[in-house]
Amino acid sequence: MPDAALLQVTDLVKNFPLGGGVLAKPTSWVKAVAGVSFTVGRGESFGLVGESGCGKTTIGRLVLRLIEPTRGRIDFDGQNILPLGRKEFGRLRRRMQIIFQDPYSSLDPRMTVEQIVTEPFLAGPRPARGARREAAQALLEKVGLRATDLDKYPHEFSGGQRQRIGIARALCVRPELIVADEPVSALDVSIQAQVINLLRDLQQEFGLSYIFISHDLSVVAHICSRIAVMYLGSIVELAPSAGFSREPRHPYTEALLAAVPLPDPHRRAASFAMEGDVPSPIDPPPGCAFHPRCPHAFDRCRVEKPRLIAAAEGHQVACWLNDGQGLEMAESIGHRA
Amino acid sequence: MSACLLSIEDLSVSFQTPEGVARAVDRVSFALGRGETLGIVGESGCGKSVTSLSILGLVPSPPGRIESGRIGFEDRNLLELDAEALRRIRGREISMIFQEPMTSLNPVLPIGRQVAEPLMIHFRLDRSQALAQAAEWLDRVKIPAARKRLEDYPHHLSGGMRQRVMIAMAMVCGPKLLIADEPTTALDVTIQAQILSLMLGLKQELGMSLLLITHNLGVVAQMADRVVVMYAGQVVEAAAVADLFDRPFHPYTQGLLRSMPHIGAHEKDRAARLQEIPGIVPAITQIMPGCRFAERCPHAFALCREKAPDLFPIREGQRARCWLREYPQRRRADA
Repeated sequence: MPDAALLQVTDLVKNFPLGGGVLAKPTSWVKAVAGVSFTVGRGESFGLVGESGCGKTTIGRLVLRLIEPTRGRIDFDGQNILPLGRKEFGRLRRRMQIIFQDPYSSLDPRMTVEQIVTEPFLAGPRPARGARREAAQALLEKVGLRATDLDKYPHEFSGGQRQRIGIARALCVRPELIVADEPVSALDVSIQAQVINLLRDLQQEFGLSYIFISHDLSVVAHICSRIAVMYLGSIVELAPSAGFSREPRHPYTEALLAAVPLPDPHRRAASFAMEGDVPSPIDPPPGCAFHPRCPHAFDRCRVEKPRLIAAAEGHQVACWLNDGQGLEMAESIGHRA
Repeated sequence: MSACLLSIEDLSVSFQTPEGVARAVDRVSFALGRGETLGIVGESGCGKSVTSLSILGLVPSPPGRIESGRIGFEDRNLLELDAEALRRIRGREISMIFQEPMTSLNPVLPIGRQVAEPLMIHFRLDRSQALAQAAEWLDRVKIPAARKRLEDYPHHLSGGMRQRVMIAMAMVCGPKLLIADEPTTALDVTIQAQILSLMLGLKQELGMSLLLITHNLGVVAQMADRVVVMYAGQVVEAAAVADLFDRPFHPYTQGLLRSMPHIGAHEKDRAARLQEIPGIVPAITQIMPGCRFAERCPHAFALCREKAPDLFPIREGQRARCWLREYPQRRRADA
């Protein structure tokens, strides 16, 4: 759906320098994002899933230009945003907002809820004070808080309520895209469901697009229509969320799904452990980054990095098992039984 | 149930806070058999961690105070032991591991020393004997090249490896009971799976009992034999794990189970809203008379707001703190 795409990310790379100093050269680089491409349609929720250090949060920040990429291209509403100057980008930036994970550290404890929620107005044409207050009241009611909460401070709220304040702030300037970075991970189960439902309701009401970043596949599968699974800076599989639980095609996705402890005492996993740790992004393994932990790895995986290619309608996988030769290998070891 | 190893009876723990005295744990009772795994589940502030800290006398006092109760471990009441006697039990008969391995390991001591320390204290082994056993244990918890890593410091290790070191340290003296407070919450899901299998394997091999405190219902379903659900400082339901998931009685337990998103959910369930529990947990300093869950409960009626229910027996091995046991006709079919 290229016409409908609100956001298009192409070959995005971000390396963070390590070591070095003001004048010294960095000694090495953390390859946080190693060439990632995807699109987000209007009104779509797109999920980015993976474990710590896979680069999902970095992508969220790059999209909003909170940090600048090393290479790559980001188009928002048909316009390449990376060459834009501060002023031009500022206008565009109002159309994309972010919700953070930690509802404690992401709200300034010395600001009132009204100040927090209306802060995004500071970046552009600002309505008059009375209108701002009215807007803030409407926002609070929209996210399930009371208009009388306007003059309170963040410490007077619980974690779930603070996250609602963070959501109201993101909605303030009526954005089209919201990057939600682990928005429910810090919340208790019963409150998590409240916030997920709220995000879904708001999406329907305002036609929002989400980039929903989480380590929790079940949360992402619930809210997103398409999901990208990341491992060590690359997307290894991208598919409609229905396709994931039914037929994961990348061995890492399989392992990730198998590792989730099922809330069903009658279906206990005999062994749910995949061996090994995630390798360091400073010196990632050659070839496919997953090969040291992959039960199906063969010679080619150790030398050549697989590209993300279509394996089925709308379903892309970066794995040599999906290549002709790999497929034979897979069949010979009973992988696609 | 096999012979009882740990029995907690009517334990109440309170904290002095600026808002007054908060009873974080309110008349909590449960028992744990030998070789059994008991899961304690509940959300932030429900009292599950304070309960587990009281077992080893680790509740900071002040502001904490154990108001009443008995903690029976074999034939002793742990609440009556002096500091020295408790120290002899800690790490030797009962060990504990915590959520954040980085803050529970000493950052300036090599890991070998830390794992060896309980052996030197409890069994008076000399350093080289203790280090040899520490290396064996690091190997058993699957730390690669364990012998070479005795001199490593905690910051050299990943989160999962640190939790393995914590487990080795907790296990070296062969405890009868391991208390694990959110042992995998800070870990990634594939590493969580590794740590859970490791704990299961060690438990089966050594026949110890496990008290597993977690907010993760999936972890409980996979690991526990029996489950205690806590809410606002009280036990609201206790049952065998299969009964808890198949036939939860308390509206809070039911709400918790329904509010979880499922990865395997069908397309139509995915499209639906998640069931949520409305409202928030009451502050423990502002407990009202009546059932503590009444304000969020879809079935609540007048009695629930006036009088606190007891833990009523539901069926063999299952109890729930809910008036619906006495007034089943009040359960609303639509909720």
